[in-house]
Amino acid sequence: MLRPYGKRMPAIAITFTLNGSPVTVDVDPAARLLDTLRYQLTLTGTKEGCGEGECGACTVYLDGLPVNSCLVPTYQVRGHRVETVESLDPGALEPFERCGATQCGACTPGVVMTAWWIREHPELLETHDTRELMAGNLCRCTGYDGIIDSVKEALEARGKGKREG
Amino acid sequence: MKRREALAKLTGRERYVDDLPLEGFLWGMTVRSPAPRGRVTAIRFGKDVDWSQFVVVDHRDIPGPNVVALIEEDQPVLAAGYVRHVHEPVLLLAHPSREAVRRAVRSVEVVVGPEPAALDFRVPPAPEQIQYGSDNVIKHLKIEKGDVERALAGAPVVVAGTYETGAQEHVYLETQGMIAQLEGDVLVVKGSMQCPYYVLKALQHALTRDATRVRVIQTPTGGGFGGKEEFPSHIALHAALLALKSGRPVKLIYDRGEDMAATTKRHPALVRHRTGLTRDGRLVAQDIEVVIDGGAYVTLSPVVLSRAIIHAAGPYACEHVRITGRAMFTNAVPFGAFRGFGAPQSQFAGERHMDVIAATIGIDPVELRRINLLRDGQTTATGQVIRDGADRLAVMERALELSSYRDKQREHAAFNATHPTLRRGSGLATFYHGAGFTGGGEVALQSRLRVAGRPDGGVEVLSANIEMGQGTLTVFTELAATRLGLAPEDVTIAEADTGRVPNSGPTVASRTTMIVGGLIERAADDLRRHVGLDDSARGAAVKQSIQRWHREHPGEPLFGEAAYEKPPGIVWDDQTYRGDAYGAFAWAAYVAEVEVDLRTYTTRVIDFVAVQEVGKVLNPTLAKGQVQGGVVQGIGWALMEECKWRDGAMANNQLTNYLIPTSHDVPPVRVAFLENPYPHGAGGAKGLGELPIDGPAPAILNAVARATGAEPRAIPLTPENLMELLDGQAKVGAQHAAPLR
Repeated sequence: MLRPYGKRMPAIAITFTLNGSPVTVDVDPAARLLDTLRYQLTLTGTKEGCGEGECGACTVYLDGLPVNSCLVPTYQVRGHRVETVESLDPGALEPFERCGATQCGACTPGVVMTAWWIREHPELLETHDTRELMAGNLCRCTGYDGIIDSVKEALEARGKGKREG
Repeated sequence: MKRREALAKLTGRERYVDDLPLEGFLWGMTVRSPAPRGRVTAIRFGKDVDWSQFVVVDHRDIPGPNVVALIEEDQPVLAAGYVRHVHEPVLLLAHPSREAVRRAVRSVEVVVGPEPAALDFRVPPAPEQIQYGSDNVIKHLKIEKGDVERALAGAPVVVAGTYETGAQEHVYLETQGMIAQLEGDVLVVKGSMQCPYYVLKALQHALTRDATRVRVIQTPTGGGFGGKEEFPSHIALHAALLALKSGRPVKLIYDRGEDMAATTKRHPALVRHRTGLTRDGRLVAQDIEVVIDGGAYVTLSPVVLSRAIIHAAGPYACEHVRITGRAMFTNAVPFGAFRGFGAPQSQFAGERHMDVIAATIGIDPVELRRINLLRDGQTTATGQVIRDGADRLAVMERALELSSYRDKQREHAAFNATHPTLRRGSGLATFYHGAGFTGGGEVALQSRLRVAGRPDGGVEVLSANIEMGQGTLTVFTELAATRLGLAPEDVTIAEADTGRVPNSGPTVASRTTMIVGGLIERAADDLRRHVGLDDSARGAAVKQSIQRWHREHPGEPLFGEAAYEKPPGIVWDDQTYRGDAYGAFAWAAYVAEVEVDLRTYTTRVIDFVAVQEVGKVLNPTLAKGQVQGGVVQGIGWALMEECKWRDGAMANNQLTNYLIPTSHDVPPVRVAFLENPYPHGAGGAKGLGELPIDGPAPAILNAVARATGAEPRAIPLTPENLMELLDGQAKVGAQHAAPLR
C-alpha cells in the first residue's frame, strides 16, 4: 500500500561509521543506503545499475562483507561499519588498470569492491573459483576476462608484497 | 598505453550524469501510454496529489514541430492525442523530490480508446492494422547480382531454411539520463550519449533554437552499444522542455525498469534462405529474404535493414544473388541501433544455414566454407571487388588450430557415445563486418575535426566522438601522440561539447578509430604545417614550434583541421545497391565449444576462440577487450537473453528475469588477431567494435547442432526452446550423438 502523497514519515537520525569515520545523517527511514551515500553524503562512486540486487554496481562493505547497497535500508546500518569504493587505496589498483578490468566504468566500482574483497580473503579460493565469486557483479563491456585476470594479478601482487614486506 | 581514464573509473571518481553536482534542480519523469494503439480520450490526474507543486508538460508546450528529428520526421516528442505503442511518452512531470514525482506518475491515468494493433511483423497485416503506407512496410530494399532464378533452376542441389532472431536489450550498466538547464539564454543539455550532434539537431528542430542558444555536452557514458545512438535525443528534449517551462535545472534519469521497457532494442528478424549448390558444395545461387521488426516509428530501421541485407550473403563468392529486405511497421516499442546494426541477425541466419547445407549435402562445414570463402579478386553480393590482401582462409585455419577443432571432434564423438546425459560439440562461423557508414554515408556526414596547439606546446584533439568504454580517449591520444612524436601526456582530448568541438560524426558503425582517427592524423599534419614544419617533424621540434607560434601570435587560437575525404576508387550506387558498400571489411572466424545437458536442456559454452583480421591492432588490451565483451554479449543473445512481449512492450523489464551472462556463465574468450594494415585507416586500423557480435550466435548454435543432432534455427536457444526442439525429434534420434534417453 502506497503512502498517501505528501505524508512522509519523519526523518530519523542515523549514526554509523563510514570509511573509518563516524557520520550522522537525517534520513527517511526507508531511504536506501545507496541513495543516502550518493545524494546525501555525495559519495557518488557507488553506482546504481538495477535497483534490485541483481547487478552489483552498488556494492559496498557492511561490517566487512560485500552487500548491494540498493537493498539495504539506511536505518539498518545504524551503529555499523560501511565502506565504499572511496576507501580503497588507488595505488593497489594497478593490475585492474593494466589488465582491462574497466571499460565503460559503470559496473567498475562494484566490481572493484568484490574483487578487493577476494584479494583480502584469498582463502575463499580454496572452495570457490574467481568466476563464481564475481558472478554477482554484472559487466556488459569486458566479457569478464579483464576482470578475472586482474583479480589473479592483484592476488599475486599482494602475495609478493607480503613476502617482501 | 593504459586506458586513459581507467584509474578515475576504478576509484569511482569518474562523474557520470547522475553524479554531477547540481543545485536547486527538479527531478523529471515521463507519463507513458498504457496501450499499443489508439486515441487518447482523457488524461486523469489523481486527487491524491497536490498538482500545484508539479511542473507538467504536454505536447502543447513544444515551441516547434512536435518531432524528434532523425531519418523521417514521424516520431513525436510527446504524443498529441494519439499513441502508436505502449510506453509512448504522453506527459512530463517534474518536482524537487524524486519520490514525489514517482508517486505522481502513478497517479496519472492516460485513457486510450483502443484500435487494432499490428504486433507480429512476420505475418501480413490485416486491413485494419495498416498504419504505414499501403502495407506497413517502412522500407523495402533489394540487392541483385546475376540471375538467381535461372541459377536456382539449374542448380543440382537446393537447400532452403528459415531462421529467426529475437530482440536484445542493450543493458548498458549506466541507464540513460540527461540534465537540462538554462545558462542565460543558452540551453545546456548534458548527459549520456553517443552522438552529441544528433541530440543538438533534435533540440534545435523541436525547440526552434539556433545553434547559438543550445549546447550539448556528453558526460562520461557508461556503455552504449547503439542504445545511446538515437534514443538520447528523446530524453534530452523531455528534460529541456521541463527546464524551459520551470526555469530550473531538470534531471531526468531512467531507472532500470523504465530504461528496459521504454528504450530501443535490437530488431527481431526473420530470414529465409534458398541456396543452389553444386554437388561438391560450390555456391551457385543465393536467394535471401530478410524481414525485420521496425516497431512503431521509422527511427533507424531503414539503415539497419540496409546493413542487414548487405551482410546477408556472408563472406562468400557467389555469382547469382538476390537479397530482398523489408522493415515492418508494428505497434511495438520502436527498435533501434544495437552493435552490429542488422548484420548479426542476417549473419546468424547465413552461418547457421551454411551448417544446415553441410548436413544436407553431407559435406564437412569447414570444407564448405573453404570452397566458398572470398578470394582476392572475387566480388560480394553488391559487386564489390575484394582486393585487400587479407587471407580469409588463414583466419579460419588459425581459429581451427587454436580451438583444436579436429581433435575435439574425435573427443566429442567418444564422449557423446558414452556419456549418459551430456553432449558436446564444436561449431564454426566465418563472417565479416563492414566498417564505417554504408556506401556514400561517410561522404554525406562531412565529418570535420581539429587538433589544436596549446601554448605549452602540447595538443588538444577536438572531436564529437565520445568515450563509452570502447577506448576512444586512449586511442585518440595514441594516434595524435604517434603522429606528432609527442608523449601521451602532451595530448588532451576535449570534452565533446557542441559549443567547442566540430562535428566529426556519430560514435557508431565501428567508424571512430578507422575514420575519425584518420582525421586526427591529417589534422595533426595540418597543425604541423601551420607552425612551419613539414610532415617529418616530430617531438621536441613540434612542441617548440607550437610554443614559438603562440609567442608570436599571443591570444590567437592555433589549430590544424581535417575533413573527411573518400578513399580513392570507392563507387556506390544507392539506387541499385551496387558497388563498394564499405571502404573496408574486417574478417573473422569464431569457434564455440558447447556442452548440452539433456536433463536440464541447458547449453554451456565451455570454450570460445575468436580470430579476426582487423587491419593493424592499435592497442592490444583495448582490442582484446572489445572482442571478449562482444563475444559474451553474443553468447547472451544466443542462449539466454529473451524479451517477453505484452502488447508490443517488454514484460520482463528487470535484470531479475531478463538474464545477461555473468562471469560464471561464460568461459575465457581466447582472442587472436591476424594483421593486414588497411592503408586508409588510422594507423592501418579497420573498424572492430561491432564485428565480435556477429559470430558467436551461429557458432554456438552450430555447436549445439553437432552436439545433439538437432537443427536449431532460432535464438535465443533457451533451455525451454531447446527442450521443445529435442523432445519434438527425440524419436528420430541424433546423428552425431548416442540416442537420447
